[in-house]
Amino acid sequence: MQFPVLSLIVFAPILTGIFLLLIPKDNKTEVKVTALAAAIVTLVLSIWVYFSYDTQLGGYQFQEQYSWLPAMGISYFVGVDGMSVPLVLLTGIVMFTGVLISWKVDDRPREFFAFLFILATGVFGVFVSLDLFMLIFFYEIAVFPMYLLIAIWGWKVTREYAAMKLTLYLFIGSVVALVGVLAMYYSSGLGTFNMLEMERAGFSEAFQKLWFPFVFIGFAVLGGIFPFHNWSPDGHVAAPTAVSMFHAGVLMKLGAFAALRVGIMLLPEGAKFWMPYLVILTLVNVVYGAFIASVQTDFKYVIGFSSVSHMGLVIMGFATLNSNGMLGAGVQMFSHGVMTALFFAVVGMVYDQAHTREIPLLGGFRKVMPLVMLTFIIGGLVSMGMPGFSGFVAEFPIFMGLWTSYPLVAILAVISIVITAAYIIRIIGKVFFGQMPQELESHMHNVTVFDKVALILLAGILVVVGVFPGVMVPIVQSGVDNVIRLLGGA
Amino acid sequence: MISTFDLTMIKAILPEIFLVLLGIIIVIVDLTTKEEQKGVLGWISAAGLFFIIIISLLFALPGDQSISTWGGMIRYDWLSFVFMILFLFGAGITSLLAMDIPNLGRRGELYLLLLASTLGMCLMASSADLVMLYLAIETTSIPMYILAGFMTQEKKSTEAGFKYLLFGALTSAILLYGFSLIYGFTGTTNIYSLAEGFSKYTNSLPIIGAFLLVLVGFGFKVAVFPFHFWAPDVYEGAPTPITGFLSTASKAAGFAVLIRFLIIVYPEYTQLWSALLAALAVATMTLGNLMALTQKNMKRMLAYSSIAHAGYITIGVVAASQEGFSAVIFYLIAYLLTNLAVFGAVSVISRTTGSDEISSYAGLSRRAPGISLVLLVGLLSLAGMPPLGGFIAKFLIFASAVNAGMIWLAVIGVLNSIIGLYYYLIVLKVIYLYRSDDENSPLPIPKAYVLALFILTFGIILVGTIFAPWFSWVTQAAAAMF
Repeated sequence: MQFPVLSLIVFAPILTGIFLLLIPKDNKTEVKVTALAAAIVTLVLSIWVYFSYDTQLGGYQFQEQYSWLPAMGISYFVGVDGMSVPLVLLTGIVMFTGVLISWKVDDRPREFFAFLFILATGVFGVFVSLDLFMLIFFYEIAVFPMYLLIAIWGWKVTREYAAMKLTLYLFIGSVVALVGVLAMYYSSGLGTFNMLEMERAGFSEAFQKLWFPFVFIGFAVLGGIFPFHNWSPDGHVAAPTAVSMFHAGVLMKLGAFAALRVGIMLLPEGAKFWMPYLVILTLVNVVYGAFIASVQTDFKYVIGFSSVSHMGLVIMGFATLNSNGMLGAGVQMFSHGVMTALFFAVVGMVYDQAHTREIPLLGGFRKVMPLVMLTFIIGGLVSMGMPGFSGFVAEFPIFMGLWTSYPLVAILAVISIVITAAYIIRIIGKVFFGQMPQELESHMHNVTVFDKVALILLAGILVVVGVFPGVMVPIVQSGVDNVIRLLGGA
Repeated sequence: MISTFDLTMIKAILPEIFLVLLGIIIVIVDLTTKEEQKGVLGWISAAGLFFIIIISLLFALPGDQSISTWGGMIRYDWLSFVFMILFLFGAGITSLLAMDIPNLGRRGELYLLLLASTLGMCLMASSADLVMLYLAIETTSIPMYILAGFMTQEKKSTEAGFKYLLFGALTSAILLYGFSLIYGFTGTTNIYSLAEGFSKYTNSLPIIGAFLLVLVGFGFKVAVFPFHFWAPDVYEGAPTPITGFLSTASKAAGFAVLIRFLIIVYPEYTQLWSALLAALAVATMTLGNLMALTQKNMKRMLAYSSIAHAGYITIGVVAASQEGFSAVIFYLIAYLLTNLAVFGAVSVISRTTGSDEISSYAGLSRRAPGISLVLLVGLLSLAGMPPLGGFIAKFLIFASAVNAGMIWLAVIGVLNSIIGLYYYLIVLKVIYLYRSDDENSPLPIPKAYVLALFILTFGIILVGTIFAPWFSWVTQAAAAMF
């Protein structure tokens, strides 16, 4: 038997979380050090998985399977393919940087990190599960800690409202998808939740057309699909920095990923039927999200709506149902995850100093925190899809794929790049280069070493993937090939 | 009919025999100990009940064949066995939770009544005869009436006991009338011969009429709409550990009788009762959840939530399949663990603070992190979140509805569970988010509570993560009906 690395990645966070709860509540430093150690272990393991994934071989690797509830064909079945490997790595990165950024948390850090790590287990579990029941199981584990994390440690003004809104939206999505999953289980007649077997179930076309929207949109709610995106900016803004990073960086990918894995891969005929309609929704996401972002005055809301816009691109890539679009969407999930984690980290640092996020009231941070500015600019360039940064590697194939399938949509969607450039450049100009208001000048400090490590890591990854797309594209491509095969064609 | 005496007969009622013995021990100890040493009674009761569970598991496991014994009065099968274990466990935990409550835990009558009621429940799960069933239901109910009104110096408790008695007596009379009609039609009281007796009637109207009367009685026990009116007041007024017992074991006993009765006595009318119960399930869960939304008192909220849960469980009955019944029993196991944990936490909090208002839980997470965690686990399990027992229970219930072709029912169920999540989260918000002035004053937790709440929390997580063993139990229990 091989080394159970995926199980270790999945369970290390939750076990650490339980262990943290056992530490006496006054030992705040011990809590943070333990959390950091666990995050490093998980990061190292996920890096190892990423680099030892064999793209020549393709398919699902590092598989482990144990029976869980044999009577219903439920098993604990994990494995990663080219689509999920980058996401596992992404989660490892965001978890590590999230812990670094959260070093300042002083109100009950024990509970904070415990809930954050339970969330991480849910996220990892979804990315690696090859069993449909297990996917739902971990999906819902990922939903509820969010409530407490936002409600307890979030921004006082909107946290109660935003946390409840977010949790209810996501829970509605997941239970709707659950009913769809049950319908799939019983109509397949296979008596198993094993997704590799369900891929061959041969659901009737009528069945697929009926259930695809429920399953796909049920999951895509978490991906922020229009018109169910409303929870996301509110949730991002209300959440504490590390949770925003996790949330926009990883959790939204969870929705998109599950929609792909369950919706498109198990119900391909349904996908072919519905995608021309869904692509319109994602177009609204992309363009409308960017417009809304450009008129926000709150720094964090800008980033929140930019997530809606960028996640729209991911689902739009899926909607093309061709190789280019899927490839771009796969890379975009990773790229946007790192980028948005970087953005939220920067927003958090600026807010900690200025105690406001109103863009007109900010300015001149270039002098105080030059490194933060530099990394934000890198993130901004990624966001605009500039060549040489990971955003280009992701968005260019999406638009290529879009052009082959829906040329008109492609033309309209490209507008979003211009708008994105507008709001990013506005922020850079005002927040970092503008004149620093006098009332701020007195109490500005640069960021801590932990913050710098996190920012450099995140920005570095964006550049590396942009300059050497070869570290990621072949892996994602091997995953995409499998999806295309299920869709029955080139 | 009456066969010679053999060992199976003893095995069939082994838990009941030991319950009587334990009751006698309690009486003797109560009479012989001094006032200051009465704390030992709770431990004896709890230890005795767990001892009975072990003895039953070791010596009284039923075989694959269901057996009618004691002259056809008792059915000795997996269904009755699994429920017996459940009741004994519930009673054991309730003893632990009750023993440190002032004016309650140091009185022998409490444990005696609890044991008597448990005895009745065990017989309810296994009775195979209308007379036996009626006696069992009364044996369960009468001690519960007294227990609900046990705090005689408190108005609310007295009211609870009296209200429960009035509703109980009325529905029990209706139930008995239904039984008498059934006996009149068939000429037998043996549950397993009734269906045959019905088959000679071409006019089904009176048979359905009798069924409706019986349903009133059972509906009262499990608190489904429209027989739920007693529940909120009784749950609020009764001593909290008793409320926990009432809302779990007593409800489970009701469901045990219900599924046996429906499938054995009315197999010809499956479509009818399935449709009827589907309507009741929808009404019950929707009403329970909507009413729970507005509650300010924790016990009242839990009362409405337990009505809603009765609605979910009924979905499994509606499916009228082995899978559905397995889901019902699984749900009852998870629900018993969860609700006892929540009521236990409520009880230990109000023991110090003297309040059950949700607003009084402000600052609790700083004051008592352990209890807060129990409530977190318990409430999320009630909301159906993994990796807790409530999730898999709900999953199985909805799965059975989908498999029975009632997707609409599953959809209503999941929509309801969203309302549920909302009001459970409200409580958690108060616990974890709000501050209060007395958040630094200690909240002592007696040893018995630590033990009980640990067992329950551990159980909730265990049922929610490793389900195969329990699932094979409940499948076997459900299979005894088919």
